[in-house]
Order: sequence, then C-alpha cells, then structure tokens
Amino acid sequence: MANTNNDVSFVRSELVQASAPPSGEIGVVGWIRKNLFSSPSNTILTLIGLFLLYLVVPGTLNWGIFDAVWSGENRLACATVAQGGELPDGWKAACWPYVGAYLKLFIYGRYPDAELWRVNLVLIMFFVGLIPLLMPSIGFKRENLIFMLGIFPVASFVLLSGGNLNFNGFLIPEAIMAPSSFKFWIDFILLSLIICGLVGVYMKATETDPKQAVTLAAIAMAVIGVILFVMSVDFGLVEVETELWGGFVMTLVIAVTGIVAALPLGILLALGRRSDMPAVSLFSVIFIEFWRGIPLITVLFMSSVMLPLFLPDGVTFDKLLRALIGVALFSSAYMAEVVRGGMQAIPKGQYEGAMAVGLNYWQSMRMIILPQALKIVIPGIVNTFIGLFKDTTLVSIIGLLDFLGMINLSHSDSNWATPVQAMTSYLFCAFVFFIFCFGMARYSVFMEDRLNTSHR
Amino acid sequence: MKKTIVSALGVAAMGVTAFGASAATLDDIKAKGFVQCGVSQGLPGFSNPDSAGNWTGIDVDLCRGVAAAVFGDATKVKYTPLSAKERFTALQSGEIDVLSRNTTWTATRDTTLGLNFAGVNYYDGQGFMVRHDLGVKSALELSGASICTNTGTTTELNVADYFRANKLEYEIVAFEKADEVVAAYDAGRCDVYTTDQSGLYAQRLKLTNPADHNVLPEIISKEPLGPVVRQGDDQWFNLVKWTHNAMVNAEELGITSANAEAMKTSDNPAIRRVLGTEGEFGAALGVGNDWAFNIISQVGNYAEVFERNVGPDTPLAISRGTNDLWSKGGLQYAPPIR
Repeated sequence: MANTNNDVSFVRSELVQASAPPSGEIGVVGWIRKNLFSSPSNTILTLIGLFLLYLVVPGTLNWGIFDAVWSGENRLACATVAQGGELPDGWKAACWPYVGAYLKLFIYGRYPDAELWRVNLVLIMFFVGLIPLLMPSIGFKRENLIFMLGIFPVASFVLLSGGNLNFNGFLIPEAIMAPSSFKFWIDFILLSLIICGLVGVYMKATETDPKQAVTLAAIAMAVIGVILFVMSVDFGLVEVETELWGGFVMTLVIAVTGIVAALPLGILLALGRRSDMPAVSLFSVIFIEFWRGIPLITVLFMSSVMLPLFLPDGVTFDKLLRALIGVALFSSAYMAEVVRGGMQAIPKGQYEGAMAVGLNYWQSMRMIILPQALKIVIPGIVNTFIGLFKDTTLVSIIGLLDFLGMINLSHSDSNWATPVQAMTSYLFCAFVFFIFCFGMARYSVFMEDRLNTSHR
Repeated sequence: MKKTIVSALGVAAMGVTAFGASAATLDDIKAKGFVQCGVSQGLPGFSNPDSAGNWTGIDVDLCRGVAAAVFGDATKVKYTPLSAKERFTALQSGEIDVLSRNTTWTATRDTTLGLNFAGVNYYDGQGFMVRHDLGVKSALELSGASICTNTGTTTELNVADYFRANKLEYEIVAFEKADEVVAAYDAGRCDVYTTDQSGLYAQRLKLTNPADHNVLPEIISKEPLGPVVRQGDDQWFNLVKWTHNAMVNAEELGITSANAEAMKTSDNPAIRRVLGTEGEFGAALGVGNDWAFNIISQVGNYAEVFERNVGPDTPLAISRGTNDLWSKGGLQYAPPIR
C-alpha cells in the first residue's frame, strides 16, 4: 500500500519486447531436436531408423528407377551379355518395357480391343460419381448416392457384359406356358403380388397399419423390375463373357461389389444379431459364424470346384459371379461384427433415451444408434475394406485373372523372360495396391476428423 | 455395384445356361458355336497368352486344330485357364469340352477319374539342371546334392524314387512357385534344379548366366502330355484324337500350312486321303471331309506347331528329341488315315 505513492518505484508502461527463442529451439533444428533427438533412447531409435532407410531406400531407387531399363522390344532389352543381351554382366534392375508391353493386359485383361471404350466409360463413371460423393463440401449427396448405388451398377453391368440378358420365367410350370421373356414378366408380377400380400398379412398380424409397408414392398419390387428390364434390353452391345474380363478392372469389380454389398448386409446382420427375436438372432449368429469360420480360399474353392459337381450335368454358372457372391457374403460377416462392436460401445442411455422420446425400433436405430455406432467404427470399417481389397487377389487361385493373376500369367511369356521379370512386375503390383489402400486409409483419417463432434 | 444380388437373381431367373453335356459333345459344340478349351495358367510354349492377350502354345494349337476340324475356323475357341487342382473337375462337370493343359497320362487318371487321353502331343520327362563348375556329367554323380523343386508336385516324389533306387544321398529345398525355385537356384541355395525338361528350358531364360548351366542327359520320369476328354463320348474322343493324328500324319507326308492347297492335287493317295480329296473320313468323324485340310492350313502340321511354340527359333530353343517323328528316331507316331 505504502508503495503506491513512492516516486522511486518503477512501473513499466509497456511489455518487455519478447526476445527471439534460442536458435536451437526453432525452425528445422528445433524440430529435429524436439522430435528426433530429445532423449538418449530417442536418439538411438532415430539413428537406427536412418540406418534402415539408408539400407532400403537407395537400393530400391537404384533398382526401380536409376538403373532400370525404360525402353525395349523384348527380353533382350533387359538381358545382360551372358543372357544374350547387351547390358553389362551383373546388372540387376527393373525392366519397365515389359510392364509397358503388358500394361493393357494388366489393366483390362483380355477384354476385346474394340470394346475397351465400354470399360473406360465405366471407369470414368465410377470416378466421376465417387469423387464428389467423398467430398463433403459438394452438395447433391442424395442425387449422387442414387447415381452410385442405383444407376451406376446397372449401367456398368450392361456396359461391361453387354446386357441383353435372356429371362425365361421361373414361376409358372412349363407345362402351362412355354418359357419366354413374356412369361418371365408375368411370373415377376405374380411374385411381386405374392410378396406384397405376404407383407400385408404379416403387418396385419402384428397389428400395424399395412399400407406403408405394402407400398414400400411394391416400390422395391418395381425398382427390381426396372433394373431387370434394363438388363434385358438389347442395346446392340456385343456380349463380352466374364472369362475375357481381367486385370485391374476385375480387381475393382470384385472389390467394389464386395464393399458395397458388405456394408448394408453387415449392418442388417449386426442388427439381427442384437435383436430380441430368437429366430432372427439365431439366423444372424449362424450366418456370421459360418462365414467367419471358413477361410476365403475355401469359399472360393468350394464355389469353383465343388459347386459344379452338385449342379446337374452340363449346367454352368458364371465363375466370376460365384466368386462375387462368395466374397460379398464373406466380407459381410466380418462387417457385421465390426458394426456390432460399434453398437455395443453406445451407452445404454442412448437406447433408453430414444425409446423415451417415442421412437420406434427402426427410427431409433436410424437416427440415434447407427450414426453414432458407425462413426466410432470408421477405422474398423475401412480396415475391413482394405483387407477385402487385397483379399480379391485370392481369386487368382480359382483361375480368375485379376490384377495379380494377370501378372503371374505374364511370367510365362518367354519373350520377356529374364531374371528381373517377376520382381519388376511385383514391384509394380505392390505400388498400385499401395496407392489404392493408402488412399482409402487417408480418407478414413479425414472422415474421422470431420465427424469428430465428440467429447474427447 | 450392387450387381451381386441383381445378377444372382438374373441367373436364377434364367435357370442358368444349360448345355446337355451328356452324350453328344460334338452336337453341343456345333450348337453353341465354339470349343471350350481348358488350358494352364501360363506355361511357356504350351499355353500362355502373349502381350496382346492371345493364347499361344502347343496345347493351345491343339484346341485350335479341333475348332478348325469342327467349324473350319481355328479361331472358334474359348479358353478357360485352370489350376492343376481344378482341371479335372472342370472337365467332369462339363465346364470345358477338352482339357489341353500339359496333363500327364497316368493309369489312375485314365481309369478311376473317368477321363480319356486322346493321344500324346508332347513327350516330356523330368530332368536336372546343374552348374558347369560342379563338374557333374550324369545324375548318378549327384550324391549329397541339394535339389530345388516345387512343393506338392510329382517332381518331388520322382526325385525321391530315383535317388532311393540309386542309393544316393540328397536334400530337397522346396518352394511354392516356379519363380521362387529359379531365384533360389540362381542364388546358389541349391546345387540342382529339377522339373519337367520343357520347364528347364523355359526357366533357364530367367537365370543370370544361362551359359553356366547345363541340363543333364538323364530323364528320370515319363511325362506323356496330351489332351483329355470325358469318358463315355467316343465320337468326341475320336475327333480330338484324330486332330492330333492328322497333324503328325501331315508332317510325315510333308504337308504344311503353306502347301496344303497345292497338295490337294497330289498323286499320292495317302496325301489325298488326309486332305479329303479321297475317301469319306471326315463324315465318319462327324465333321466335314476337309477337316484335316482345315487343321493343316490354319494351324499347321506337328512340326510347324512345334517350331512355332518351342522350337530352336523361339526363346525356349527346345530340340525335337523324343518328339521327333518315329521315322527320325523320335516317338511321334500316328496311325494312318485310311
């Protein structure tokens, strides 16, 4: 108190100019000191890391880029003198002209040259539809989703295979009506009526208003009808059998089908497994445990080797379709468990709160539980997707020539046979797979950050 | 792509495509308009696609020959690449019409598996490759050697049989894929590389120093490779069998793809019978009388097929050896067309 009037006192009227931090604490040097050499153990780890990088990176770059051969017509371009070529003995590096010569096969498989525009169109549609869907800042999500899940699959099916499916009918016995596409549509309308009737009867039995559910069933059947109709129209496209499909396009077809089928099926199975209805719950448990209990290789082998033995003599069933069904069911079981994990992490209060405000089961799941549960398990979902994407390479053991299958097949071409042939193609394969998987992983990180509204 | 469910429904609705594969394979093939041919998942010179995606090889040419005989058009073939495990099921279930996939003719396969081998289009056998500097001239000097081979194949069993019979010591170093076996042998992890002889020539191209290695003269197993069909359809069996025979006969008679047209007017009755200007041999097989002419003019005789796919001018550079005509000291012998 006494000091207030003391003239000797010194009161600063402005803040001291902040002096620059010591040079060792800022900029690159500071970052390095703080992050790489902050403690003795950290220093040791950094040095070990640098040494490992030194071991791997220069060698890989030399092998893949600096010493590599970039042009040539056949194996002699990548052969040393001892192998009949002109490169110095002891040369070992990538042989890129071989990948160049096979690039078309690696990407499109044996799809006919004249029809390649169809594959390109599908790829363009895929990326044009996917990219805005993935960017939250772009609007029209609903229209975009309808395009990607409704129009794109049908269009790509018609484009890739040629469409013009031949339906013969399935319901009325042949004795009454000869098989024809007309009969198919009559059968289909009958089936739709039966399904709508069943839904109505069920709703009546559970004492709810059947109107809404029946309308929903009718719309669903109408959509299926339109899809089937489009697939049966002759657009004048040449038919391309699936045995000519291959390469990276086939990898994408299998992966995308698996991913798109796995998520909704997995959510339904997860809901089913947690359901109070014993029949639904038991079915879900059996389904999930069955598909999780057998390896994917077994599923593929069964579909490719055993299934034909069970079918009547001479009846064939498209091999790719068999693999697609197997992959989709297999991955949906895994997805179900991931989603169930998310649902179990939601506090009970959320379920009870949803009930308390008068939401019924589907409303509470759709508006309260699933949005939170799915958000929690994004890493798990993307993990499953990445795993599925890489697992598609297993189809090469049943003779489907996916990306890796095509690469293995190309090793048998003696025109390009050199000691570095296999390594070059595997390096290329690893690079392509890495780009796609890394892209998925980064997108998952982005979505996690964006949806992180929470309480952490 | 929600394609799975939709197309599953489509297939269910179509009642799946059915070809009655029962008795008359030939009629079914004529009806559907192409031959469905089972091939390997890539074996150099036998069945492998080139960089344009076209299948080539000795086994592939046999299928093209069959298509030429049936349709007069060697391009009417569709190929199904099959793994070793699924090849017989694919044939039995009717997924393919003929299996032309470097398949060894054995008693078990011919009898209990319900298959018929329609001839031998390549006589193979298991051989050994060693480094020059090992100084080994015969397989009998290989005692104590470490041997690189593929896992789970008959090559491993053949080695065991051979070395036990000759009371030699050995050690197997086995790998899953052919590329790994070659890489290991090249890196010196074993002294000997063994596989079918045709494979040795193909894999030799992947060695750092091909000239430092040589193939030993011993062949320790018999591997007659040929096309296979289902039992119970003799007409189809005959057609595949005589496709191969026609190619061998053509070589013997000097008919090539280049001179087949001119040879039609030849005075030699044997040549005239092959080319269909005399006799009704095609009708007996259920195809046109110019069947052999179509095979030879579109695919070539056996020598042409051999030279084109594995012969000295190809990277494989395999000599005819046992696959030469019987008249030249080889084993290729075809019954006459008469």
